[in-house]
Amino acid sequence: MTSRQLSKHATRIGFWVLVALIVVIAVFPFYYAVKTSFTPSSELFRVELWPSRLDVSNYVQIFSQRSFLQAIFNSILVATSVVFIALLLGITASYALGRVRFRGRSTVLLVILGVSMFPQVAVLSGLFEVIRTLNLYNNPGGLILSYTIFTLPFTVWVLTTFMRQLPMELEEAAIMDGATPWVIITKVFLPLMWPAMATTGLLAFIAAWNEFLFALTFTLTDSQRTVPVAIALLSGGSAYELPWGPIMAASVVVTVPLVILVIIFQRRIVSGLTAGAVKG
Amino acid sequence: MASVTLDKVNKVFGSTHIIKDVDLAIGNGEFVVFVGPSGCGKSTLLRLIAGLESISDGELSIGDSVVNDLPPRERGVGMVFQSYALYPHMSVYENMAFGLKLAKAAKETVHERVMATARILQLEELLERKPKALSGGQRQRVAMGRAMAREPRILLFDEPLSNLDASLRVQMRNEIARLHHRLGSTMIYVTHDQVEAMTLADKIVVLNGGRIEQVGSPQELYQRPATRFVAGFIGSPTMNFLPAKLLGADESGCRVSASGMPHLELPQDAAGLTKGTALTVGVRPEHLRLTEAQGDNSFEIVNVEYLGNEVYVYLDPKEGDTLLIQRSEAPTYWSVGQRVALSPDPAHVHLFNEQHQALGLDQASVAA
Repeated sequence: MTSRQLSKHATRIGFWVLVALIVVIAVFPFYYAVKTSFTPSSELFRVELWPSRLDVSNYVQIFSQRSFLQAIFNSILVATSVVFIALLLGITASYALGRVRFRGRSTVLLVILGVSMFPQVAVLSGLFEVIRTLNLYNNPGGLILSYTIFTLPFTVWVLTTFMRQLPMELEEAAIMDGATPWVIITKVFLPLMWPAMATTGLLAFIAAWNEFLFALTFTLTDSQRTVPVAIALLSGGSAYELPWGPIMAASVVVTVPLVILVIIFQRRIVSGLTAGAVKG
Repeated sequence: MASVTLDKVNKVFGSTHIIKDVDLAIGNGEFVVFVGPSGCGKSTLLRLIAGLESISDGELSIGDSVVNDLPPRERGVGMVFQSYALYPHMSVYENMAFGLKLAKAAKETVHERVMATARILQLEELLERKPKALSGGQRQRVAMGRAMAREPRILLFDEPLSNLDASLRVQMRNEIARLHHRLGSTMIYVTHDQVEAMTLADKIVVLNGGRIEQVGSPQELYQRPATRFVAGFIGSPTMNFLPAKLLGADESGCRVSASGMPHLELPQDAAGLTKGTALTVGVRPEHLRLTEAQGDNSFEIVNVEYLGNEVYVYLDPKEGDTLLIQRSEAPTYWSVGQRVALSPDPAHVHLFNEQHQALGLDQASVAA
């Protein structure tokens, strides 16, 4: 073997070692969470890489709590509503911003982008007042409203970019066929925008599903909480015990749907994020 | 089917004046071609008729009614786009049925019309396919079918053949011509290709800088161009232009001197011009005869192109950088480096004044 071949092999091996390292660092915390969720609390602090046996008592425990089931239901309700509202408003707004010529269009786009620059904490107290005034405190409606506010800028921007890349002649052909703007959006553009909608919809869903700060602030009772807050507020047998097992079980339960969604939509996401980058 | 009338139509985009005072009458069943260089406003004019752009000033009528403020769907026009712009997610059938469905036509009517259109365009086999599974020519036909299915009064074509390769272009050109014969509907067609314009049109409208240069049949435009622009635009290879001077004029015509030619006795009426006025002589390549010559008043042959049935001889023009071209039937005995003088056929010489307008023929000589 010549030294050149040798160095080629060394580079290759080095590359795969690096990849393996990155994968371990990324995946290990999640793996350990899954492993912990299957470990009974008595064995929790024995350090093992592989679970000695699968113990489902943690899962049984969280699913026997009515408040946790209610929290999952609330999360699903809030996240799907946010996705639906954000996409509906996003599509119509992006048609206006992407296709209709009007004065101040770029100003509007910049303001939309500017809004999303504020950290959540900065608007927390103001938003709290708004939600109180609208009588949405301790109500999923309040969360839907506040998440939609934070999701819309991203949705509108991505969809506007995508909308602008759709050929102008397609819209004009529809106009010649007698289509109104609403028909153009629903019958012509919508079917072509699925990749972009899947991407933005999924990201909106994940944001709403995982959000903690607003969910903690704008809800009061167990029956109105979403999953992240419910997990954080899981309590153990005494004030001195953190119920790690159930917390990890609950985390796994709420993460798995997201992982499945991402796997289902992953090809769409990639094509959605790169769509129009190259003329195809 | 309907006529179209434009009366002092103007279009202004911001500070640019695209269409300037266009007057035009298009008769029922005519095939009219708008032709001109890019940026001349031909597509804008078509889009004004379609209703995709609003008219800044003037009046546009289709049939008997003014349609300035009507949306496209109420004008009864169908349009074929350059990129076809088929709906990618719909089958051929759905593409053609879309407009009819939006017009709330009954299901049987939709089916009937789509099938009838498909039969005319030979698309029956392809009705279930999506646009991406079609070839360029098939997409082109579907685009026409979609425009035709609603039975519009006027069919508009915006450079429909420019995305096709050369051989398919000739074939589709033929299909469009046959379609016009069969349907007899009014068609307006935009192109920058003068061959398409010449072969398809009943009436050609030559546009330049947002104005109409000339309207006429292909023969009129070729034989009697009204301006130097039209003379240079129609015909391939293009007309030769040579600077000339007026020597004298009377009621039977005029005498002109141009470099590299004997003095020409032309039938054009130049009575209003003073002796010595600068003119431009225009001669088509096929109307140029070459004779061997020497001295200042001759041109050097710089290239000879043999095309099988005909030969192009290129001459160094001495002034300017556009080569002069002579076209004759093969074979030729001219070769590069020879010096020649020009002897055009006076009946086929065009004369343009300094405003680039063609000088008209003397009435007496026309009658004769």
